[in-house]
Amino acid sequence: VCIHRVRSCSGIRFIKSKYVCVFDKSALKFSHQQRLFRTSAVSCGQIVQFKLSDIGEGITEVTVKEWYIKEGDSVSQFDSICEVQSDKASVTITSRYDGIIRKLHYNLDEIAYVGKPLVDIEIDASKGVSPEEDVVETPPMSHEEHTHQEIKGHKTLATPAVRRLAMENNIKLSEVVGTGKDNRILKEDILNYLAKQTGAILPPSPKAEIIPPLPKSETVPAAPKDRARKIPVPASRPIVFSGKDKTEPVTGFHKAMVKTMSAALKIPHFGYCDEIDLTQLVQLREELKPVAQVRGVKLSFMPFFIKAASLGLLQYPILNASLDESCQNVTYKASHNIGVAMDTEQGLIVPNVKNVQVCSVFEIASELNRLQSLGSAGQLGTNDLTGGTFTLSNIGTIGGTYAKPVILPPEVAIGALGKIQVLPRFNGKGEVFKAQIMNVSWSADHRIIDGATMARFSNLWKSYLENPASMLLDLK
Amino acid sequence: MVLQSSLKNCLHLSCILRTPKAGFRSTTSGSLIIQSISNDVYQNLAVEDWIHDHMNLENRQVLFLWRNSPAVVIGRHQNPWQECNLRLLRQKNIKLARRRSGGGTVYHDLGNINLTFFTCRKKYERMENLKLVVKALKALCPQLDVHVTDRYDILLDRHYKISGTAAKLGRTNAYHHCTLLCNADKFVLSSALKSPYKGLKSNATPSVPASVKNLFEEDPSLTCEMLLDAIAEEYATQHQIDHHITLIDPADETVLPGINNKTKELQTWEWVYGKTPKFSVSTCFNMVYKDSVLDIKVDMDVKHGRIEVCNIDLPEQWLPPALSSELVKSLTGSKFCPNETTTLATTLLRVCPQDEELQNRWNVLCENMVTLM
Repeated sequence: VCIHRVRSCSGIRFIKSKYVCVFDKSALKFSHQQRLFRTSAVSCGQIVQFKLSDIGEGITEVTVKEWYIKEGDSVSQFDSICEVQSDKASVTITSRYDGIIRKLHYNLDEIAYVGKPLVDIEIDASKGVSPEEDVVETPPMSHEEHTHQEIKGHKTLATPAVRRLAMENNIKLSEVVGTGKDNRILKEDILNYLAKQTGAILPPSPKAEIIPPLPKSETVPAAPKDRARKIPVPASRPIVFSGKDKTEPVTGFHKAMVKTMSAALKIPHFGYCDEIDLTQLVQLREELKPVAQVRGVKLSFMPFFIKAASLGLLQYPILNASLDESCQNVTYKASHNIGVAMDTEQGLIVPNVKNVQVCSVFEIASELNRLQSLGSAGQLGTNDLTGGTFTLSNIGTIGGTYAKPVILPPEVAIGALGKIQVLPRFNGKGEVFKAQIMNVSWSADHRIIDGATMARFSNLWKSYLENPASMLLDLK
Repeated sequence: MVLQSSLKNCLHLSCILRTPKAGFRSTTSGSLIIQSISNDVYQNLAVEDWIHDHMNLENRQVLFLWRNSPAVVIGRHQNPWQECNLRLLRQKNIKLARRRSGGGTVYHDLGNINLTFFTCRKKYERMENLKLVVKALKALCPQLDVHVTDRYDILLDRHYKISGTAAKLGRTNAYHHCTLLCNADKFVLSSALKSPYKGLKSNATPSVPASVKNLFEEDPSLTCEMLLDAIAEEYATQHQIDHHITLIDPADETVLPGINNKTKELQTWEWVYGKTPKFSVSTCFNMVYKDSVLDIKVDMDVKHGRIEVCNIDLPEQWLPPALSSELVKSLTGSKFCPNETTTLATTLLRVCPQDEELQNRWNVLCENMVTLM
């Protein structure tokens, strides 16, 4: 006990001398009072009025444009509180204290006055923050903007907010790799460390304003903050992950997809899959690619798949039909408006190529180019996105072999194309050769389409693609 | 004279040298002039954020020079629908960015130069910066009649605005940036900054329109490079540093760690559109359908860029009530965005009655709604 007291005394003396360097005598009185305050038992926090500090250029009033916090939120020192605007200048007001927001003195778009209270913050008294705050600028080097932490004799740089996050998660700062300036440990570094520990994929870090700005001066040796708690050295305890679930409403396009997919699943689907040997088509496309390029069109495999599908639909028009809601009537659609599933930032959208039955492969390729560039720019129109009668989904460009595609109402069939793989196959002579194999997975509405029809359509489509020359016979 | 050198070296230098260079007594010694090699508005705005958040500006200041390929830049608290012709921007592939500083909307292209003066918060002083620019301009071109107004604009011939200003203040740092029209496309500028959207009501900061002129029109020999050089030279003189411009690459993570995340954030829909202060749209439009013209009244409240409340007044029975209420319900909560509305409406059509007439009406209505966005 004796030794302990001596140590704490010397600790106090150390801090006192530090304060003498930094504050003037009046501030010293406060710190003295602070210590007395700390030793007595305090149960409730004190409410501090955080006043709007000087903006500069003689400005006395500003407009509150955005609150980053609301009443009841807890804030750390340097967290952003609000954004105010004055005459073309946008100012981020940050908190001077750790605590809980108890009152916002202004609503949005109200005028706030320099020197008047902006928010009330309830401060945990044991943290020993001086209740009197500066209305004018903070004195230079008053609050140390960061603290050195000596762990195993190795100085680690981190802001108080970052240290708190580490402590909450039982992380040793010495084990975290800092990516900030001078290997400073940032909030992101703690989160990355946690992700590696738990194997979790973390959501992107919160907006820049919320993250406390990095400490600037790195060579000021500041005394460690006089807090009772230290970073505990974890035994072999599992890391506590303090990430929170994020719930958001399903809106807009996604809400529409929920409706569509729910309706789609009411359709009794049956699946039919097969393997296509595209060796000849691959070669044909290689020959035709430069020809199309000269005409300004990028030629992929899709135009061939689409045209072959249309030729097949001519023989099996039931696959290009629509069943009415009461299942009383089947409408055979005259136009082959073949939809192409497209993956965009928003999600899955399906523009369609109109009247494939009267288009050449080149025309289809050209139209696909147009739809693709509009799709990636987010500028597809209603005409491009409606009126589809049959859909192909080239999921193979992302990956995968077999799929179980979902029919898009009011259509009755859909095909999913896997990726093209080079695989060994036997030819007619029993020899092994290199084949370009792609898998196709069809789904069809079993209320009006039977397995045999789907199989025959698939075989016809397959034969056109395996022997592209045969397409010539049936082209109109 | 522009010498290429790595910013990384300069930053490291700042850590080592705690005392001013021998011979310099000014407190602003160690100041830096940097220029971006990129013309991407998002990358360049990200550099501003990075310097503001990460650099120690207590004993030095930084001048950042940058130019952008065609873009419209709105202020932090502005409403893009009020400020510019979004349809035209999309058509002409002109980017839209929201900066973090306040102020009004500007049009950038390669004929416009941007200057950012970084200081610590205490040394934030816009007038001085603008006077520096005017001094540089007069040194380059003595007959120019340019002066700074008390609204922090720079006017040419007492009448034409050639520069607009905005600023951002943080806890320890601050920056003041301004544009300077050298040889920008005035035609695209005026059409891009003219909003066609009617019936908007909001508390967003409005822009103050002004007649503009290019410096090039006064003196055809002027180029952006000359202006940048003249301003850099004046800055170097006033800050007593070498006239040495450091080039930086805003995509280089080794020099600017974390910069790519900042760039990405500036491009998100949530930042560009979602940060728009709450506003309402109250308008009527004439919808042409087959041989008739119908009067449609629309009322919407938009918050965080999303439709909070939606009301569409259609002629009775033009669409079955179930359908029109389905449309309104789906639009509520959805982004106030043409692409979102189009994909939402066309997807919903799949589960609507497959009546051609009905579907045509639905499509026409949705296309008209999209024109409001």
